[in-house]
Amino acid sequence: MYSEKVMDHFMNPRNVGEIEDADGVGQVGNAKCGDIMKMYLKIEDGVIVDAKFKTFGCGAAVATSSMATELIKGKTIKEAEMITNKAVMEALDGLPPAKVHCSVLAEEAIAAALQDYRARHGLDSDSTYEGCSGCCGGCGRLDQHDENNGE
Amino acid sequence: MEKPVIYLDHAATTYVKPEVFEAMKPYFIEQYGNASSLYDVGRASRKAVEEARAAIARCIGAAEPGEIYFTGSGTEADNWAIKGAVYAARKKGGKHIITSAIEHPAVMETCKFLKKEGFDVTFLPVDSEGFVNPEDVEKAIRPDTVIVSIMYANNEIGTIQPIKAIGEITRKHGVLFHCDAVQAAGTIPIDVRDLGMDLLSISSHKFYGPKGVGALYIRKGVRLENLIHGGHQERGKRAGTENVAGIVGMAKALELAIANMEQYTDKISKLRDKARDLILSRIPYVRLNGPVENRLPGNLNLSFQFIEGESLLLLLDMKGIKASSGSACSSGSLDPSHVLMAIGLTHEIAHGSLRLSFGEHNTEADVDYLVDALEEIVARLRSMSPLYEDFVKANKQT
Repeated sequence: MYSEKVMDHFMNPRNVGEIEDADGVGQVGNAKCGDIMKMYLKIEDGVIVDAKFKTFGCGAAVATSSMATELIKGKTIKEAEMITNKAVMEALDGLPPAKVHCSVLAEEAIAAALQDYRARHGLDSDSTYEGCSGCCGGCGRLDQHDENNGE
Repeated sequence: MEKPVIYLDHAATTYVKPEVFEAMKPYFIEQYGNASSLYDVGRASRKAVEEARAAIARCIGAAEPGEIYFTGSGTEADNWAIKGAVYAARKKGGKHIITSAIEHPAVMETCKFLKKEGFDVTFLPVDSEGFVNPEDVEKAIRPDTVIVSIMYANNEIGTIQPIKAIGEITRKHGVLFHCDAVQAAGTIPIDVRDLGMDLLSISSHKFYGPKGVGALYIRKGVRLENLIHGGHQERGKRAGTENVAGIVGMAKALELAIANMEQYTDKISKLRDKARDLILSRIPYVRLNGPVENRLPGNLNLSFQFIEGESLLLLLDMKGIKASSGSACSSGSLDPSHVLMAIGLTHEIAHGSLRLSFGEHNTEADVDYLVDALEEIVARLRSMSPLYEDFVKANKQT
């Protein structure tokens, strides 16, 4: 059901781990949905010089985290912000329909880490990331989604 | 090095035993007749079907072969039992169904469908090990209750229900008792008369028989509305040309299972106990789901904290180990197992579950290989889990 690329990034995930002195850290998802992604960024002169992640989740969640870190490394903050879940999916040669929400989570993890970076450095932004409400919504479970919003 | 294949998913399906396949073979090319035809090849098929019916009746303690009806699957048998019973009772004011919160989808989804059609359904809760309390069954019975449907043994966590006690209650109150015995048949002795059952479903491919064939026991005198309409097969109750080879295979497989039951269950329960004890002693933060006693002999269900089940299954598969999980992600749905939720697990613990079901060909060496593989995989997944990271950091602070 998974493409070879997804399996490769699941079996040999790139950039797993933590960055002790990260400039930005973002965590999205929740255990209820079965996916949590935590992303660490090292940023110098507006460029992402290093990215690492930790993920609790299925094969697709690990693979999208891995690919997302690969895609943003060496990019400027602006460029990283332009990376969508679609780009992550395409780089992995696609995902099964039920797993598309994992790529959304990867996009949100990047956004959350960049937002944390801006907050720490007092930077303004033309786009704000509101934070994951708990469930990414990509799973289609709107009832859970609403529940989490209320929490 | 060639990767071994260690199949630990016998609750999902089993292979066909060679003796069973041999028994089926003549009915594909030589004895291909329609069991409804008058001429000799047809008559040979009819004879084979009726012998199989008698064999299955003997295996489950039915009073006569005519109480066994062949179906296309266990799921069809479950659908027929419940829909057939309530549709037949509707005219007389029957409206209510009692079942449990941990039934197989074949029963659960059938009940949900009937609820939409206007029937009332009570889903009884279970305790933390998955047991239904017979007193709850009795309390739930109403004047318009038609049927109680409780599974013999649970497919995920192996809990064997107090079926006999439930049968006594349904008999006392004059309501029908249907039992989904798909996981139990071939592993636990079944005597429908002793257990007070009116309807019982079984499925061939769970006890080393072929796929695509099941049976419903209907106690003589119980009236069901037909589910499949068409020809006059199965005494006018279940239309469709008989799957002769499948039926022969199912009967052969059940007879073999019953002849070797003690030896088989002894073997697989020893392997299961060994795996359980080794895993619990060597891997930290693991929870056993389901009971220790009154459990299917080959069933083991564990939750590994801080990790997710599908990742675990993929990495086990890379090592040649075939298993299943109650994790949402592995099933195509996005909710974790309803069974694990019903016994009170949190979402994150339910997501990290693993079901291992042992069978005839498994060995002690398989168990050793499994435990080594699990130890390595669980450590690897935990090392990349933010939940484990939080847990370790919180522990350091205290």
